[in-house]
Amino acid sequence: MDARDLLDLVWIVPALPALGAAILLLFGRRLGEPKAGWLATGLMGLAFGWSVVMLVALRDVEPRTHTVDLFTWFPTGGLQVKMGFLADPLSITFILFVTGVGTLIHLYSIGYMHGDENFGRFFAFMNLFCASMLVLVLGSSFLVTFLGWEGVGLCSYLLVSFWFQRNSAAVAGKKAFVTTRIGDFGFMVAMFLIFAELGSLDYGAMSAGAHTLAAGTATAIALLLFLGAVGKSAQFPLHVWLPDAMEGPTPVSALIHAATMVTAGVFLVARAHPFFEASGGSALTVVSIIGAATALLAATVALIQVDIKRVLAYSTISQLGYMFLALGVRAYAAAIFLVVAHAFYKATLFLGAGSVIHGNADNQDIRTMGGMRKYMPYTALGFIIAWLAIAGVPPLAGFWAKDEVLSRAFFAGDYGVWIVGTAAALLTAFYMTRAAWLVFFGNERFQAADPAEAAEEHGFSLESPTVPAYVPPKPPRLTHPPHESPVTMTFPIVALAGLAAIGGILSLPFKGVEFLTDWLDPVFADASKIDVTSFAAATTLEGISVVFAIVGLAIALAWYRRGIPSPEGDPLPERLGVAGRLFQHAYYFDEIIANLVRGPVYRFADWLNRGFDLGIIDGAVNGVATLVRESGGRLRRVQTGLVRNYALGVVLGAVALLVFLAVRAG
Amino acid sequence: MSLAALDITPNYYLVVGALMFTIGAVGLLLRRNVLVMFMCVELMLNAANLTFVTFSRALNDIGGQVIVFFTLVVAAAEVAVGLAIIVAIFRRRRGATADDVRLLKG
Repeated sequence: MDARDLLDLVWIVPALPALGAAILLLFGRRLGEPKAGWLATGLMGLAFGWSVVMLVALRDVEPRTHTVDLFTWFPTGGLQVKMGFLADPLSITFILFVTGVGTLIHLYSIGYMHGDENFGRFFAFMNLFCASMLVLVLGSSFLVTFLGWEGVGLCSYLLVSFWFQRNSAAVAGKKAFVTTRIGDFGFMVAMFLIFAELGSLDYGAMSAGAHTLAAGTATAIALLLFLGAVGKSAQFPLHVWLPDAMEGPTPVSALIHAATMVTAGVFLVARAHPFFEASGGSALTVVSIIGAATALLAATVALIQVDIKRVLAYSTISQLGYMFLALGVRAYAAAIFLVVAHAFYKATLFLGAGSVIHGNADNQDIRTMGGMRKYMPYTALGFIIAWLAIAGVPPLAGFWAKDEVLSRAFFAGDYGVWIVGTAAALLTAFYMTRAAWLVFFGNERFQAADPAEAAEEHGFSLESPTVPAYVPPKPPRLTHPPHESPVTMTFPIVALAGLAAIGGILSLPFKGVEFLTDWLDPVFADASKIDVTSFAAATTLEGISVVFAIVGLAIALAWYRRGIPSPEGDPLPERLGVAGRLFQHAYYFDEIIANLVRGPVYRFADWLNRGFDLGIIDGAVNGVATLVRESGGRLRRVQTGLVRNYALGVVLGAVALLVFLAVRAG
Repeated sequence: MSLAALDITPNYYLVVGALMFTIGAVGLLLRRNVLVMFMCVELMLNAANLTFVTFSRALNDIGGQVIVFFTLVVAAAEVAVGLAIIVAIFRRRRGATADDVRLLKG
C-alpha cells in the first residue's frame, strides 16, 4: 500500500472517538461503569495507534503534505466547501499528542469518575471533545478547523458545567462559553475577509495567496485570527474564563484546559502564519507583546493562589503566554515544542492535583495539606517530576522547551520580550515550588476528626465562581487519612511524568538532534528564520535560564522549607503587601468587568426591556389590536338588520354611481 | 289631433320605463309588506326589460331582446326562491312585515 493511500485514511483518527461519543450518548447508561470508560479509553488508544501509522506514512511522502477531500460539505455559489483533512507535520504532531495524552487522561478518568451517576455521559463528552479537537487540527480549510473549534468550545462548556447541580459550575461553564465567543467572532470575521480576498478558505489557497495581499489586509486578517486565538487560549484580556473553568472535573482541566483545547489558539496562529508573515511583522509584534504580558501577569497571580487547581490554571495561562511569545518572534517550531512539552508536564500536574483532591475528601486548599508524599507516593513522584520540569530544571522537558522559546526571542532581537519571559520563568519556578512543597512536603496541616463533625463538613471545597475572594482557610475534617489513588489514576500520572522528564529529546538545541524542529520545517519553510548567532551566546542564555530557575526554587524553599505553621500562617500575602492584594484579586479583572456589566450594560438592557420592548414593540402590537376593536365596535351599528335600509343603501349607491358617470361624461 | 297622428317615439317608452322603475324602487323602500316589496322588485325588472326592448328596436340591435330573455329566466328563478322564503316566513310569523325580520342586527 502506497503511503498516500494510507494517508487517505487519516479521517479514521477523529472518526474513532466520534464513534465512541455516539455509542456512549445512546447506550452510555446501559453500558454503565466501568465499561463505558474502557470503551472510550480503548477507542482513544486505537486513535493513537492509527496516528502513529499516519506519522510513519507521512515520513514516506515528499513533499510532506497530503490533502484528503472526503466529500463536498456544502456548495454555495462560488464557495465549494469540502470536508477535507490535511496531513502535514504540524497536524500529525498535534494528533499524536492529543490522542496520546488523551488516552492516558481517559484512563485516569475511569478511576477519578468512579461512582459518578453520569459516568457514561462524562466519557461521551470526553470522546466528543477529542473528536472535535482532532477535526480542528486536521482540517484542510479554515471552515473545517472552525467546525472543530466550535466543537471543542461546546464540549468545554458541557464538561466545565458537568456537575451542573452546583451553581458555581453552571456559571463557570457559561462564562467560559461566552468569553470564548468573543474570540470566535474574530475568527469568523477573519474568515469572511479571507474569502473576500482569496476566494477560498483552503489552507492551500492561503499558502499560495497570502503574500499577495496588501500589508493592511493581511494585518487585519492576522489580528482577527489572533483575537480568536486570544479567546480560546485564554490570553490577556480574555483570560478570565480559564481559572473559573476549574469547576469542571479535574481530568477535564487536564485534557481541555491544559493540554489540548487551550493550545488550539497556538495551532491556529501557527497554521495561519502566512497571514502573520504577510502583515510585515506588525501582527507578530502584537502577538509577542500580548504573549509576554500574559506570561508575566498570570505568573504573578499564580504566586498567591491557595486553590491548587487555580495555581495550575494561572500557570497554564502563563505558559500559553510563552507559546504566543514564541509565535510572535517567529519561533513557530519552538512554540509547538512548548505546546507538546507543556501538554506532558501540565497534564501530569493536573492529574496529580486531581489525585490529591481525590484522596483528601475533595479539599483543594494547599494551605491545609502538607506531607502528602508519605500517603500518596506515586502521585508525589509524578507531581515532583512535573514540578521540576515546569520550573525549568535541566534536563527535563520544560527546561529545553522554555529555553528554546526564550533564546529564540533573544536571537530575534526582542530583548524586552526576553526579559519579561525570563522574569516570568523565575516566578514560575517560585509558585510551582510553593505549591508542590505545601502539598507534598513540610508539616501535615489536615486534621482527622471525629466522625460526627466529618459527616457535617464533608465535601469542603473552595468555591468562588467569579471573584476569588480571600477565604479564611478551614482545615478539612477527613474521616480517614489521605490515601493513594487506584492504579488507573497513578499509572497515567507516572507515565506522563516520564514523558515530561524525557520529552526534551524531541528537540534538543544541538545540530542534528533538533528532531521536532526539522520535522516541522516544511510547514514553516516560507517563514523567515532566526539564526542562532553563536554557540557561546546560546550556552550563556541556557546558563541564565538555569540560574533563574534555581533562584526561584531557592526563594520558595527558603520560605516554605518547613511548610507553614498553620493554615493561616502563609507568609506570602504579608511579604507581597499591596502587590499581594492585587495578585490575590487577579488585578481585579473580574471585578472591573462585573462593575462595567452592572452599570451601563444593565441600564441599557433595562431600557431595552422597559422602553423599547414594552413601549415600542408591545405598544405597536397592542395598538393595532385596539384600533381594530374600537373601529369594529363603532361600525357594527351600520348593520341594522332592516332589509329596507339595505335596499336604501343599494339605491343610494346606484344613484351615486350614476351621478359620478354623468359628471365624468359631461 | 287623432291618435294615429300621434308620433310614438322611443322616448315615450323610455319615460314609461323610468316611471315604472321609480314606482318600483320607491315601493320597495317604503312598503313593509314583503309580498308587496317583492312585486315592486318585479316592477323594476320589467321596467328594465321595457328599456332594453326599446333600445333594441331603436338601434336595430337584436342583443337587447336577447338580454330580456335572460332577465325573464333570472326573474323566474328569483320568484321561485323568493316566494318560497316568503311562504316560510309567513308560516312562522303569521305575517309578512319586513321590519320584523331583523336577526342580522349588529
